[in-house]
Amino acid sequence: MATLHTRTNARVMMSPAVLMLLVWMVIPLGMTLYFSFLRYNLLMPGMEEFTGFGNYEFFLTDPAFLDALFNTLLLVGGVLLVTVVGGTFLALLIDQPFWGQGIVRLLVIAPFFVMPTVSALVWKNMFMHPVNGLFAWIAHGFGLEPVDWLAVLPLFSITMIVAWGWLPFATLIILTALQSLDQEQKEAAEMDGAGSVSIFLYITLPHLARALTVVILIETIFLLSVFAEILVTTNGGPGTASTNISYLIYAQALLQFDVGGASAGGVVAIILANIVAIFLIRMIGKNLET
Amino acid sequence: MGAITLERVTKAFGDVTVIPGVDLEIADGEFAVFVGPSGCGKSTLLRLIAGLEDVTSGTLYIDGVDATALSPAKRALAMVFQSYALYPHMSVYNNIAFPLKMAGQDREAIKRKVEAAAGILNLTDYLDRRPGQLSGGQRQRVAIGRAIVREPKAFLFDEPLSNLDAALRVNMRLEISELHQSLKTTMIYVTHDQVEAMTMADKIVVLNGGRIEQVGSPLELYRNPANVFVAGFIGSPKMNLLEGAAAERYDAKIIGVRPEHIELSTESGEWSGVVGVAEHLGSDTFLHVQVDGIGSVTARASGEFSVSHGDRVWLTPPPDRIHRFVASGEAITP
Amino acid sequence: MAREVTRRRKITFTVIGWLIGLTLFFPILWTILTSFKTEGEAIATPPSFLFFQWTFENYFEVQSRSDYLKHAMNSVVISLGSTGLGLLVAIPAAWSMAFSPTRRTKDVLMWMLSTKMLPPVGVLVPIYLLFRDFDLLDTRIGLVMVLMLMNLPIIVWMLYTYFKEIPGEILEAARMDGATLGKEIAYILAPMAVPGIASTLLLNIILAWNEAFWTLNLTAADAAPLSAFIASYSSPEGLFWAKLSAASTLAIAPILVMGWFSQKQLVRGLTFGAVK
Repeated sequence: MATLHTRTNARVMMSPAVLMLLVWMVIPLGMTLYFSFLRYNLLMPGMEEFTGFGNYEFFLTDPAFLDALFNTLLLVGGVLLVTVVGGTFLALLIDQPFWGQGIVRLLVIAPFFVMPTVSALVWKNMFMHPVNGLFAWIAHGFGLEPVDWLAVLPLFSITMIVAWGWLPFATLIILTALQSLDQEQKEAAEMDGAGSVSIFLYITLPHLARALTVVILIETIFLLSVFAEILVTTNGGPGTASTNISYLIYAQALLQFDVGGASAGGVVAIILANIVAIFLIRMIGKNLET
Repeated sequence: MGAITLERVTKAFGDVTVIPGVDLEIADGEFAVFVGPSGCGKSTLLRLIAGLEDVTSGTLYIDGVDATALSPAKRALAMVFQSYALYPHMSVYNNIAFPLKMAGQDREAIKRKVEAAAGILNLTDYLDRRPGQLSGGQRQRVAIGRAIVREPKAFLFDEPLSNLDAALRVNMRLEISELHQSLKTTMIYVTHDQVEAMTMADKIVVLNGGRIEQVGSPLELYRNPANVFVAGFIGSPKMNLLEGAAAERYDAKIIGVRPEHIELSTESGEWSGVVGVAEHLGSDTFLHVQVDGIGSVTARASGEFSVSHGDRVWLTPPPDRIHRFVASGEAITP
Repeated sequence: MAREVTRRRKITFTVIGWLIGLTLFFPILWTILTSFKTEGEAIATPPSFLFFQWTFENYFEVQSRSDYLKHAMNSVVISLGSTGLGLLVAIPAAWSMAFSPTRRTKDVLMWMLSTKMLPPVGVLVPIYLLFRDFDLLDTRIGLVMVLMLMNLPIIVWMLYTYFKEIPGEILEAARMDGATLGKEIAYILAPMAVPGIASTLLLNIILAWNEAFWTLNLTAADAAPLSAFIASYSSPEGLFWAKLSAASTLAIAPILVMGWFSQKQLVRGLTFGAVK
């Protein structure tokens, strides 16, 4: 709703952003798709040839792929479980009035701002180290044998490290949603004779449903691409015990220089992410109407 | 100077035609009110005049000059928005001074004009405040102040009173009327409230579905509504519109009679009915009567009229006060 | 209306709240403490919490051994550069979409969002090869471009939601008052949007600073920002815990402060306005 003049201005001002993103999306995607049908290894230049779905067949039947897919799902699922349940609990806690609430809030959200490489290294060395780590010392204190966390339980350990970083995200968003809950609604429910459990179940939880969905979807998008934590702590090992799809493709591309295979993997990863993305985009789109 | 003429002006948003074609003339110094139900196109029409929207076809003249393609800034019109649209990050002084700064006037002249406007509008003590610190009425005054300093050819008001409470609305109505008396500048005022239209306008333009239903002075519209729509829209409480046997007795498909014209009696009359609700205001009494064989009719008695729910009353419509309409809604002129 | 909270309840929540808060914060606190220890004390068992010989030596060592400042500078240039460029492109775009929306505006926004959903690993190969062929590997400019494009959808979205909150009537009032497009933006829109632009800036600096996929894959010795440089401590050199801690503390401290300041806006930015 404006004049032709302002509309023309608007088109012109929008075009750089649109064009840049279009190029950023179309060219690499096109290349990935193209490479995925080629036999193409950087160590054997000039040997490129068309192989049809050969790369896909190779990538999808590789036992490492199934491991990686399984690990990806476990990692995403584990982190989601910890952060959503923990985040809801933490948000409810911080929402209560107590002394130093603001400071505790700052303490809780701090891990989100720690870059993945730092958090992975700090956890790996100073906490999970089997000899000098804090956990080993605590285990000794209880008379237990220290655990070499990253060797014995690599995926679990990485899940915990990643969850530590994402817990604040879930907490912050759930807390924001919690604070936007209309107090009068709760009071009306109280007048209607609802106890605190009923209020949580019938008023608070439905109100949080939307925020929880957003948390789950956005975390999933990011968690499907966890990379730095694995690279720094275990390099995907031992074996493929902590390799996820992202890391597998990275290894295929930059360690084995198999461009074709990695591209086929990339296409698979994009398809997996899109399954989630469709739901997320729909949700946010609905929000745009209001 | 500020005569505004619209010639066959139309407006469509995409495939949706909002204004199918309007011809209108507003004389210099006139107070014109666009009135109609929400969605009738009155605000769109105002925005077309302001230049905030392009006309789809037709021509707009300001003082006889074709202004159809001019940008809002070059039309030399001032607008007061429904939300007041004050600049929240500027003081009251700077809000009022903004159009003068845009026009490149010098500091001294700006100061003089802003202070004069603030004086007229009782804003002198508030010049340093931000809009957020003002009451609704004061914000309204700032918006008006920002409009008058430019000495525009015409003022455009877009439902300016709809965000104020009832008492303040009556006050501001008077203030805007007084402003018009003293400035004698053309004003175009959009409202959905027919009371504002009746009390302020020199000329009322009744709009419905993007079309002009009738143009005229308040009393012309009151006395001789051109059709059922205008008859029902102008006047409060609404005119009683009756169909069927009651109308056929007057050789019309629809007849209308205003509540204030019905003669009331507790003994005899043309129509007899039972009082549903009686509203006693002291100065007036409004009766909602279920008339036998006709239906619900509203009648007004001047002063006190002591009947209550369930009482039987008699109503008589004076023949010379009955408006007659054909089936399509047009008035039958005597 | 808030009601009187019993004192006991409040004390209980204070204890629980602080316990959990400190536990979650502990890894960061521990890193900071360790950065002031000697290497010997850093790996000592039992660990000493506060009563150790405080030293700043690690901070100097980090610089002299590995040219820390160069990598810190890379981080600054890359995060500021990508965010600044992003804003430059995004402000006009968000302006158009917020104040002159068309029927396609919503689709454009959704499409921009969908580019953000693309897993980076899906385009790792072509980007790596393009960088190699255009000599962009291990350059700041290459990383600035990639991170700018990565975060552009978030920047556009955040600005869009902020601009949306500025009533269109105010801009129309400015137009009626004789302001040209330039003056409308300079005098009305920009001052009103400053808080929104500032928080967008802050959030994107944080995101760019912490980015660790492209920085790890596209840089080496020259252009590596802190997020990639720190990873070099995962090699056997990682056993120098005190130095690792000093380097880590320096890398996270500025971002932690920024993050604390922008925590409210963060929610909006990270959820694309779906939660406010």
